[in-house]
Amino acid sequence: MADRMQTMTVSIWREDGDDGRFEKYEVPARENQTVLDVVAYVQQHIDHTLSYRFACRVGMCGSCAMMVNGSPRWTCRTHVSKVVADDRLEVAPLRNLPVIKDLATDMDPFFEKWVAAEAVFHPSKTRHDPMAAITPDDPMRIAASEAIECINCAVCYAACDVVESNPDYFGPAALNRSWSLVNDIRDDGQDVRLAAVGSNGGCHNCHSQQGCVQYCPNELNPTLSIAGLKRETTKALFRRSR
Amino acid sequence: MLDLRLYMLQRLTALIMAPLVIGHIAVMIYAVQGGLTVDEILARTQGSVAWFLFYGSFVVAVSIHGAIGLRVISFEWFGLKGRALQLFSWVVFALLFGLGAKAVYAVTFAGGGL
Amino acid sequence: MLSLAISAPARLDGFLRFTDLTIVKLAEYGLVFLLAAHLFGGLRLMALEFLPWSPHQKTMAALAVAFAFLVSTLFFLKAI
Repeated sequence: MADRMQTMTVSIWREDGDDGRFEKYEVPARENQTVLDVVAYVQQHIDHTLSYRFACRVGMCGSCAMMVNGSPRWTCRTHVSKVVADDRLEVAPLRNLPVIKDLATDMDPFFEKWVAAEAVFHPSKTRHDPMAAITPDDPMRIAASEAIECINCAVCYAACDVVESNPDYFGPAALNRSWSLVNDIRDDGQDVRLAAVGSNGGCHNCHSQQGCVQYCPNELNPTLSIAGLKRETTKALFRRSR
Repeated sequence: MLDLRLYMLQRLTALIMAPLVIGHIAVMIYAVQGGLTVDEILARTQGSVAWFLFYGSFVVAVSIHGAIGLRVISFEWFGLKGRALQLFSWVVFALLFGLGAKAVYAVTFAGGGL
Repeated sequence: MLSLAISAPARLDGFLRFTDLTIVKLAEYGLVFLLAAHLFGGLRLMALEFLPWSPHQKTMAALAVAFAFLVSTLFFLKAI
């Protein structure tokens, strides 16, 4: 008995170079379905022109991140029953990023800021040098490991109000990765990195509102990482003035 | 748009003001007992180096802290940028400092203080 | 305003009497409340940034200090 006539209405953002708008679609209201299931259903059975991103569909890759009823979430990990409010389901592209089409955003600004925040590894050795001896209980390694699981899904970037109001701000993900590299003794670029995160778009713009902490699907804490960067840049300031 | 220097100034003035604010509230609670008059105020403050230093440093800290705070807000909420933002920040600083300094001077060493 | 103390003390006295109005007292109370909130929120923020405490501990610390301040101020007001 696969005949389930109960349906629900979902509003999906449609944009194709013009002013975007929400469009409503009637989809089957199944007992267990994720928002990604709903979006896929619309694209496969109702409107083939709907554009959206996904890959693993099991909550590991972060490709399916979108705004669901105003909150940035992985749609494959969001059960419809858990987020539908007053029979309303609204799916929109991630906030704070330019829209390419419909639900797909341009991730270039996100990654450009990643580089600008020096969240990139600067090697200090060659393959001919001995490996760096880092023990797992080294405090710096522990700090780095706590921040390392970021998969660049941009949910925190979408959640951040400072990113919205400050176009120069690097954002939680880039700064979080920068912090993990500050704690990496193999990295040779700490001066450059501290200068970058202490600059105009850097860590000092963070108000510690912790939207990033609230929404990170990997349960990372960019606010804590950014606080670490604030401490490091402050220490560097006093070191320089001595 | 806050760089390290502005951020540190903001944090430092905040730390300076914390005890000053507590002190100020204590003074206010004491001062308003049984009504408040000009003569009462002046009797306490005129010619006093201590009050001058206390409220003088308060005015300096407030001017910096308030100007930087309003700078961030005007940038984030109203998109003020570049030279307009710089001008706004300095104007706020000048206003706060001017009004504050005038008040402190008036109740301590103006009018031929001792 | 305060500089009126020198230039026109009678006017400042008049203004001070104005501050005895209830509506002004309420506004003053509101202002002091907002100031206290700003002060303790700021201290909590700086604890978050500079001290290696857990976020929960810091919020609790700020609340505790704020509450202690409230109690001591009320006591002060009643005592005199």
